[in-house]
Amino acid sequence: MDWLAFQVSLQLAAATTVILLLFAVWLARVLAWKTFPGRSVIEGVVALPLVLPPTVLGYYLLVAFSRDSLLGRLYETTTGTTLAFSFSGLLLASLVYSLPFAVQPLLRAFEAVPVRLREAAWCSGLSGWQTFWRVELPLAWPGLLSAAVLTFAHTLGEFGVVLMVGGNIPGETRTLAISIYDRTQAFDDAAAGTMSLALLGFALVTVSVVYAVERRRRAPKVPGRLA
Amino acid sequence: MNRGLEVQFEQPGPIPLDVAFDCPPGEMLALVGPSGSGKTTILRAIAGLARAQEGHVTCGGRVLFDSGKGVDLAPQARRVGLLFQDYALFPHLSVLDNVRIALLGLPEEEREARATAWLARTRVAGLEQRRPDQLSGGEQQRVALARALARDPAVLLLDEPFSAVDQVTRHRLRLELADLAHSLEVPIVLVTHDLDEACMLADRICVLHRGRSLQVGSPGEVIAHPATAEIARLIDTRNIHDATVTAHAGDGAWSEITWGGRPLKIRHAPEHAIGETISWCVAPTNVLLIPDKARREDGENGFDTRVIALLSGGALSQAVLKCQAAPGLLLHMTLPTRVASRHEIRVGRELRVSLPREAVHLMPRARPRPRRDPVGG
Repeated sequence: MDWLAFQVSLQLAAATTVILLLFAVWLARVLAWKTFPGRSVIEGVVALPLVLPPTVLGYYLLVAFSRDSLLGRLYETTTGTTLAFSFSGLLLASLVYSLPFAVQPLLRAFEAVPVRLREAAWCSGLSGWQTFWRVELPLAWPGLLSAAVLTFAHTLGEFGVVLMVGGNIPGETRTLAISIYDRTQAFDDAAAGTMSLALLGFALVTVSVVYAVERRRRAPKVPGRLA
Repeated sequence: MNRGLEVQFEQPGPIPLDVAFDCPPGEMLALVGPSGSGKTTILRAIAGLARAQEGHVTCGGRVLFDSGKGVDLAPQARRVGLLFQDYALFPHLSVLDNVRIALLGLPEEEREARATAWLARTRVAGLEQRRPDQLSGGEQQRVALARALARDPAVLLLDEPFSAVDQVTRHRLRLELADLAHSLEVPIVLVTHDLDEACMLADRICVLHRGRSLQVGSPGEVIAHPATAEIARLIDTRNIHDATVTAHAGDGAWSEITWGGRPLKIRHAPEHAIGETISWCVAPTNVLLIPDKARREDGENGFDTRVIALLSGGALSQAVLKCQAAPGLLLHMTLPTRVASRHEIRVGRELRVSLPREAVHLMPRARPRPRRDPVGG
């Protein structure tokens, strides 16, 4: 077991989940309730990482991280290091390739909150923030949980993009998935097997949790609970 | 300073609006009109959930909206109590919390006390810990009403409040609402497509069609004296006909119009010239039955008719009568069902009716009847 790679993976997944959820909640609410030109384009862009080959995504991310791009230059002049083959670059890449896993469950959840309820909240004197915390989020929380679990699990398991933009630097960009590849190449079947089993177990648990939450949300709340 | 509600909206589209009405504190004003007449849009614009292009809303001396001065308060700042058509209770909160949430900003004990008091006043005490999906339609409506009133609103808006409940519950809720409305000292605006409901509950009604307010007045006034034939049709005054003014009495006691060759005595109406074509109407309840044993010449504007259709449902019966002398002329009559059965009214029976002169109402001549709204009833 490559514990260093395990630590990098956890750090990457945790950071990606926290940052992405904040952004995705905002984006999902905009997409759910506002109509504006270009809405479908934004929805399409969000879904792109689902259909693009990881190598294509990785290639464009590398282009964006290079010294010739605005982003790459800006990062290098402010920090003195490059984005490519660094943890920061990996994090940025993770935010992009896990975007649909965060946005789509949240979008479905917020779309399911009736506009009437938000209007009723406003007429009851609740500010936008109060409406968000006391009405929207409690009604959309299963979507938030799904988004968190899926984002975390997907970030933990991503391989192609990580290899393209991060490479294989121990303690910096070598994640569990890369380490499994690395060990397999080195014919270290025992280590590869242990790590694969760990990822498999984690994936199974998270996906089961998501299904359980979804089922609970769909189930009628009343029967059998009438006092 | 006017303490009531004053509303004026104007916009060419997308939903055309041209309305103006006011509602003093303690009064209930009903906005009545068919589906698609803009009733709900008007209510939403008062609450700040929709925005009219032009106009103003003032309530209790406060300007809530004024397109000219650029004032457009957020719904939170308007202190408007709105009862949604589907009640819009928060499904994740208990009944008590549904009302308490409207009292954010008050100390905890006061929120609890006020919420409990309102729930008692709307007769849902004891259900505080239930969830909305554990309530009947009537109970949900009462909780929603408590939530709308808890904030001490400056105006109460009711959007088709009885459309989502069964008839028995509806009847009880109407009585409760009428009772509650009398004790509230705020303007109340009721939106309904049901004219009977409006007449039952409201002090005044405002007839709307395609976003225009056509007439505002007490239910009795609007029903007896619709300003135009269009309004008469909207409020289901079934006896609307064209006639020609043929005489004015020299002593000012009466005028005469001729309808389908039959003269009708009406109240003195010198404002209409002789020979002028006008529309007239009579409410179906004002078509009076002359009992068989009365003398034939009894009753003003008497007609010998034959019943060609009869609907007996509940307390009132509706009959369609064909005039014997002029088969093209039809009259609609509404009468208590027990009166109809006492006089053995049935299809085919001959019947003498009278149109009292004060019940015959003249209106400017109607344009040809417009086609039915595509929006539907």
